[in-house]
Amino acid sequence: MIAEAFDYERADSLEAALAALARRPGAKVLAGGHSLLPLLKLRLAQVPLLVDIDGVGELGGVRVEDGDLVVGALARHRDVADSEAVRRGWTALAQAASHVGDPQVRSRGTVGGNLAHGDPASDLPTAVLLFDGVLTVASGAGLRQVSARDFWLGPFATALGEGEILTAVRMAPLGDRAASAYRKFPHPASGYAVVSVAAAVRLDGEGRVAEARVAVGGATYVPFRAAAAEAAMVGVRPDPPACREAVADLFAGQEPAGDMYASADYRAHIARLYAADALAAAGAAAAAG
Amino acid sequence: MPTLFGTPVRRREDARLIRGEGLYTDDVRLPDMVYAAFVRSTHPSARIRVDASAARALPGVLAVFTADDVAGRVGDVPTAWLVPDSGLRTPPRPVLARDVVRYVGEPIAMVVARTRALAADAASAVNVAYEPLPHVTDARAALAPGAPQVHAGVPGNVLFTWHAGDREATDRAFAEAEVEVSLSIRNQRLVPAAMEPRTAVAAPTPEGGLTLWTTSQNPHIARFVLSGMLSLSEQRLRVVAPDVGGGFGSKIPVYPDEAMVAHAARVLGVPVKWTETRSEAFVATIHGRDQVQDVAMCGRRDGTITGIRVRATANMGAYLSLAAPGVPTILFGLIVPGAYRIGAVDVEVVGVATHTTPTDAYRGAGRPEATFLVERLVDTFARRIGMDAAEVRRRNFVPASAFPYATPTGLVYDSGDYAAAMDRALEAVGYEAMRRRQEDLRREGRYLGIGLSTYVEVCGLGPSKVAGAVGFQGGLWESATVRVHPSGKVAVIIGASPHGQGEETTFAQIVADALGAPFEDVEVVHGDTAATPMGWGTYGSRTTPVGGGAVSLAARRVADKARRLAAHLLEAAEEDVVVTDGRYHVAGAPARSLSFADVALQAHLAWRLPDGMEPGLEASAFYDPENFVFPFGCHACVVEVDRNTGEVRILRYVAVDDCGRIINPMIVDGQVHGGVAQGLGQALWEGAVYDESGQLVTASFLDYALPRARLMPHIETLHTETPSPHNPLGVKGVGETGTIAATPAVVNAVVDALAPLGVEHVDMPMTPERLWRILSRAQGRAPEEVRA
Ligand SMILES: Cc1cc2nc3c(=O)[nH]c(=O)nc-3n(C[C@H](O)[C@H](O)[C@H](O)COP(=O)(O)OP(=O)(O)OC[C@H]3O[C@@H](n4cnc5c(N)ncnc54)[C@H](O)[C@@H]3O)c2cc1C
Repeated sequence: MIAEAFDYERADSLEAALAALARRPGAKVLAGGHSLLPLLKLRLAQVPLLVDIDGVGELGGVRVEDGDLVVGALARHRDVADSEAVRRGWTALAQAASHVGDPQVRSRGTVGGNLAHGDPASDLPTAVLLFDGVLTVASGAGLRQVSARDFWLGPFATALGEGEILTAVRMAPLGDRAASAYRKFPHPASGYAVVSVAAAVRLDGEGRVAEARVAVGGATYVPFRAAAAEAAMVGVRPDPPACREAVADLFAGQEPAGDMYASADYRAHIARLYAADALAAAGAAAAAG
Repeated sequence: MPTLFGTPVRRREDARLIRGEGLYTDDVRLPDMVYAAFVRSTHPSARIRVDASAARALPGVLAVFTADDVAGRVGDVPTAWLVPDSGLRTPPRPVLARDVVRYVGEPIAMVVARTRALAADAASAVNVAYEPLPHVTDARAALAPGAPQVHAGVPGNVLFTWHAGDREATDRAFAEAEVEVSLSIRNQRLVPAAMEPRTAVAAPTPEGGLTLWTTSQNPHIARFVLSGMLSLSEQRLRVVAPDVGGGFGSKIPVYPDEAMVAHAARVLGVPVKWTETRSEAFVATIHGRDQVQDVAMCGRRDGTITGIRVRATANMGAYLSLAAPGVPTILFGLIVPGAYRIGAVDVEVVGVATHTTPTDAYRGAGRPEATFLVERLVDTFARRIGMDAAEVRRRNFVPASAFPYATPTGLVYDSGDYAAAMDRALEAVGYEAMRRRQEDLRREGRYLGIGLSTYVEVCGLGPSKVAGAVGFQGGLWESATVRVHPSGKVAVIIGASPHGQGEETTFAQIVADALGAPFEDVEVVHGDTAATPMGWGTYGSRTTPVGGGAVSLAARRVADKARRLAAHLLEAAEEDVVVTDGRYHVAGAPARSLSFADVALQAHLAWRLPDGMEPGLEASAFYDPENFVFPFGCHACVVEVDRNTGEVRILRYVAVDDCGRIINPMIVDGQVHGGVAQGLGQALWEGAVYDESGQLVTASFLDYALPRARLMPHIETLHTETPSPHNPLGVKGVGETGTIAATPAVVNAVVDALAPLGVEHVDMPMTPERLWRILSRAQGRAPEEVRA
């Protein structure tokens, strides 16, 4: 629980942070430190240099821009959970953020750090995937955009390259007569998601599903969108029995993984229950306007 | 006169602890202090070769100690509960592993460096070459022929075989019985996980002496044991246990670690500090429980229980920790009959060595394992004969008229009214209505369950002659000095060492009452062998019944003297002097009076003492109880098991505890809350798991699930009050009752909920997946097919 020695540098601009990262191979960004520092203290990771980006003001903030939600990498979980705009238009994201850890963690941990860390049991990736988030990544070569579907590659592995910094994530609104919901089955010890599910439903004029989205986290090595379930929802009224039926094939093309606490079977079972529940909740919210 | 006894006085301890003004061992910072770190085995069983040369060469490193460096200088860690008639073998436990390691976490070397970080770096630079040997972590597997042997001197890994009760009579009872039920129970291994990890600071003092600050529940025992291990006379060794952040038994033993810290300070001549990391604590601090049991109960169809038989295998870990042999024997086997008049009892326990962290006392220590099995058996018996579980209990309780009651295992229960406690709980939980609700919900396919746990436990350890008879290598009395200062302020100096139990408050209540002194003026001093009289420490729910006995005797002596002096000063007869609102006066004549402070000052001035009275105002007492105390009660738990997820929701939790006379109801409730939390922890969440390779895989709070605030139900605490006739205060211990009672209450509730599915028992922890699998199987579907 005592980290090996490392150098530390505090950056006050994105440019300075990128330059510092470029100077030292293996250097890492330090944001809230809530995932990185435990790894260092357990000596599961060693880094020559930590570049602290906490003071980089341009990376913060939660705002709506041209109708899209833009969450800066340094926004805290609490900023997202408490934002009126997010709660209204990107409800599943606000709910996911409110399920992260405890008040201390939510005040300190950052959205960027959560997404960049790539922990399959994290809350936010599931919600960001639901909203087809587009992640902005900065490097010495400039900015590039990565879609959420391409961002998580495996447990603790992302599309971020050496020396790159995630600056923000952008999410389009769901549109009218649409709503979303998030459900989480927490591990009793860690509080992380054994299973997390985010669902969204957009209704047509008759109250039938025009579009449905389901994202599942925790049960597989990276969160995924359940295409079969999404398709099965289209055209139905999103009442609980219909939702239960639609998620029968939730894991089509996916291989759920288990661990000491919960087997693959159990995770898959819970994911189906929660997916049906989240879809029904989203459907009811969409109908209520 | 109104007394403080019985009132919810706010805890004296809390202000400083909440404000961060407590002084824990890790807060001790001394000039020139250096830091220790341990190299611990990463293998469960291996031959080792240690090369510390690279570590020794690192800048800032002062010393690296290996087994060779301490041979002949630091003695082995002793086992101090030598349970008789058990064939006990106590394999030697060196402070640093010599040639072989026997569990993951065993100390191999200790590094001392100028900073804590340098010490950690140097520890990873110590090169240990492991040649792996076969290992065994499961106790039953360790008993199998051909199992890897943990110690050459322990054939078959059998450390002891202990028996209680009457085997023949029990066999007869079973042969004659109309009904017999049996269960296989795994009382899983738990990690005590005190909030404060173990810590030690040792500082050299003149003439080769040493002061050791350490996280101990019993600094006097620590001094006694360490003076032997270090060959250091007790006069030269001062042990201080400052504020201690929870122990639950895990801070009773003397470990290799603090002996090594003390040794290093002597060798290096500077203060040395070691603070356990949380990762270390998981493997280096004792674990609790870990028994597998085959148990059976027999009786008649009318509900009479006639016999109980227990065959238990106790996993003791790689070495026998300080008190370990007594836990699954004396503290377990004697209380197996529980609250019931069961004529025939037969208990056999085999203690087994394995390649795991040593086990020892953890909150309840043996009694939870006994209570769990008897409470589970009673429920199983009731279901088998088709009788309500409360009714079977009622028919078999030791009746209130039968006390003192001698059990077939040799205990004498002091006092009790078990049926009254159960009635209280049944009424509070609305038992009849709850049963009807259960019926209604069952028709809807929902699983509501009601679980009872009508426990009795043995604590307030204990009469010293009994301690001796059962092989405990110490006394179990307590001591107190009540010292009045000239100003009338009072110090209550005790040999016990409370660390969260609240005796700084409750003992002040007792003494203030006895002396007529203001509560604020009474201070309780403990935890420092240089300042306090010898005492055996705080564990086994003994500090209030035993230490409180000493406090109350000493306070009475001081009060008697104060009254005699007051009478003299008031020129009255002693019998006529009374104390009202803190003033001494002649009964019926309050106009002329003296405060306690006036009397104290006169005692110290000694100008006008009666003939023959010594100056000063102080008395000491040593109190050795004539018996244990036997708190009891009934916990009732109502749960619903989610048929879709297997999650357990606790709808009601009612705890009726009888701990004799209650000194401070708020503190008693606090003890019950904490105890119940830990009991629920075992039932629902906790469990230490070793994998095939002998690694502890639940070795952090990411995997090991302690009860969290968000997981806890509301606990309704109620009490009956049956004084113990065996101590001056009439009190019984309440430090462990919650833990002892809660686990079976919850499991009984869950089994009751699932009874319509034919479920007879559920292993702990009752995780959602475990219950979901049971539900799926019982409903005749493969788990995969189960849908909402
Ligand atoms: C007690 C506790 C409980 C928790 N519970 C939960 C939970 O229930 N659910 C959950 O989802 N999370 C949980 N977390 C994790 C928490 O959400 C963290 O805040 C988050 O995972 C990481 O964010 P951070 O800002 O702390 O990142 P850091 O720890 O600072 O960094 C994490 C990783 O991301 C990299 N990084 C950080 N920011 C950037 C960036 N802008 N660009 C590129 N790389 C970057 C770092 O280099 C590092 O590799 C918990 C944490 C703790 C300590």
